[in-house]
Amino acid sequence: MIEQPMVRFENVSKRYGSLTVLDGLDLEIKRGEKVSIIGPSGSGKTTVLRMLMTLETINDGVIWVEGEPLTHMQRNGKLVPADINHIRKIRAKIGMVFQSFNLFPHMTAMANCIEAPITVLGMKRADAEARAADLLEMVGLGQKKGHYPSQLSGGQQQRVAIARALAMRPKIMLFDEVTSALDPELVGEVLEVIRKLGREHDLTMFMVTHQMGFAKEFSDRVCFFHAGKICEQGPPKELFGAPKNERTQQFLRAVLEAG
Amino acid sequence: MGIGTLVGMLVAALVVIGMLATQEAYSLFLPGLLQGAVLTIEIALLGSLLAIVMGVLAALARMYGPAPLRWLATVYVEIFRGTSALVQLFWLFFVLPQFGVTLDAFLVAVLALGLNVGAYGSEVVRGAIQSVARGQWEAATALNMSRAQMLRRIILPQAFVAMIPPWGNLFIELLKSTALVSLITLSDLAFKAQQMNQNTFKTIPIFTLVLLIYLAMSLVLTIGMRLLERRASLGLARGRAA
Amino acid sequence: MIWDWAFAFEILPVLGRAAIVTIEATLLGFVIAALLGLVLAVVRIAVPWTGWTISVLIELIRSTPLLIQIFFLYFVLPKFGVVLDAFTAGVFAIGIHYAAYCSEVYRAGFDNIHRGQWEAAIALNLSSWTTFKDIIIPQAIPPIVPALGNYLVALFKETPLLSAIAVLELMQTAKIIGSETFRYTEPMTLVGLFFLAMSLVSAALIRSLEGVLNRRTMR
Repeated sequence: MIEQPMVRFENVSKRYGSLTVLDGLDLEIKRGEKVSIIGPSGSGKTTVLRMLMTLETINDGVIWVEGEPLTHMQRNGKLVPADINHIRKIRAKIGMVFQSFNLFPHMTAMANCIEAPITVLGMKRADAEARAADLLEMVGLGQKKGHYPSQLSGGQQQRVAIARALAMRPKIMLFDEVTSALDPELVGEVLEVIRKLGREHDLTMFMVTHQMGFAKEFSDRVCFFHAGKICEQGPPKELFGAPKNERTQQFLRAVLEAG
Repeated sequence: MGIGTLVGMLVAALVVIGMLATQEAYSLFLPGLLQGAVLTIEIALLGSLLAIVMGVLAALARMYGPAPLRWLATVYVEIFRGTSALVQLFWLFFVLPQFGVTLDAFLVAVLALGLNVGAYGSEVVRGAIQSVARGQWEAATALNMSRAQMLRRIILPQAFVAMIPPWGNLFIELLKSTALVSLITLSDLAFKAQQMNQNTFKTIPIFTLVLLIYLAMSLVLTIGMRLLERRASLGLARGRAA
Repeated sequence: MIWDWAFAFEILPVLGRAAIVTIEATLLGFVIAALLGLVLAVVRIAVPWTGWTISVLIELIRSTPLLIQIFFLYFVLPKFGVVLDAFTAGVFAIGIHYAAYCSEVYRAGFDNIHRGQWEAAIALNLSSWTTFKDIIIPQAIPPIVPALGNYLVALFKETPLLSAIAVLELMQTAKIIGSETFRYTEPMTLVGLFFLAMSLVSAALIRSLEGVLNRRTMR
């Protein structure tokens, strides 16, 4: 059996009225692969992650996860738009970390991490707590279990958000500009957690980032987005070292100059 | 107005009632009025409960219900907000029997006031739910929660805090509206006042006492809601300032 | 027969005349509410030591039922030699009750005026009367017109309370028709429909007014 790609975007388009945000995107991500998207703002990068998380609907095309359609389902041999049960079944494989953390403010770090495992996966509280404790330990917040989001720094909140997403045992983790809302001195601690995840787990990771250094060092593949399309993609050494596309060159030059 | 001033006003109102009660011109009426006040409180409490239930149900139906339910809830809200409480009270009391449905006056009172305030309450609930940040829905979606789980566990607990002050105002409106039930033969505080006034013409003592009793009840309610608000926002944002 | 069209048409002219009384009471009551509310809000700022007294007064008015206030004015004032007919007493009670609400709206409007406007007025040595008349009120009123409009509609919906002191407005007229003919369905329902129609129309008007005002401030 040929191994199915973990994620496959097949001719996916997204439009808001007359504005085309994504134009016939084709993209495959292999199991365990670490893929970063870079590009100017407004190029549709974040939309790709949000569509995969089903936070945005798509206008055209199909998104596949491990060979099964996410946005559609098979009925009488045809693909029809998926109903919520189908979406939830497939979506269970995906976790996401947001730019603005989106922790639940009325719950402690621990409660944030056990809420969905208990309500969605039906785990026993004790098991969920044990797992959440391990995860919080892993992100370096073993001592902050009882703290509310408002009592944590941005970097700490984002690390709780990572633990919260991992508690659902996803196969794919999406990181949407997860360091953009952080003060510069807090960026490092979050990136360190993501590095550790990449080393120690067999996760497929898909991220939108402005941290070029991190994308270069961490990813297996980097995609440069421009105007709703992938302009160029390849291993970070090639894309950063010898970009072929003129737009990629322009973008990288501008980013380097900015420092 | 600060909670201290409110407590001060409440104490003042109670002291004045107490002082007046030592004079025969006033003490004569106090037992009967307090009896009426008990009925007022009963109707206000039951009406508030109904209002909360209707407010939450109508808001959820309008926001997330299937089309027929959404439509039904919208009609309910528009009718009860668009006509006045007294019209609704009279309609249930005088017209419903002509359709063969005769309800006890007490039940009519609770129904009319509860449904009326519930219609306003549904807007409060809706506004509060919409005030919860979009990121909260998205995070719950990313955790694969169902719509019902998101609402119950994530959205409503946060919306709750935003709802307390406007619900407090609605409860005050409801408490004041209970005076209308005197017009459908229920012997609440307002009814007792009118009755005593007609029998004795001691207008000034009677209405002074009645106003003071309503004032005291409203103030207790306002103070209670303020305390609830304080506790709830502490619970939501423990150490937000930290 | 549950609904009698012929009867409904028969009583329509009577109800129509009563509706005029309802509208008169609404407009007069609102004039009192709007003006007295403005006076309360202005005095509170212009004469700071009155602030606490006015707050307590407003709280008193808002904490007690309008119906009792109507009774109070109607029955108690004659004891002091002031005899008002039912309509006048009722309109004053409604107007004073809503003045308490309106004054809070004005206050919010004044609070939204930037401090710099007051300071500029002082720097130009304007009297406090001129400051209010020419600087503050023209800026403070337009944004709060929709809120005042909402209170106009709320006040309108409270006019049926006047039936309790036998003012011949819509509700009282409907009740009289009902007790004379033992048919309540048509008069009460028609009254309800009248209020519903007026409320929906006013709500739409207020919304479009808000739109206009928003566009103006966006500029």
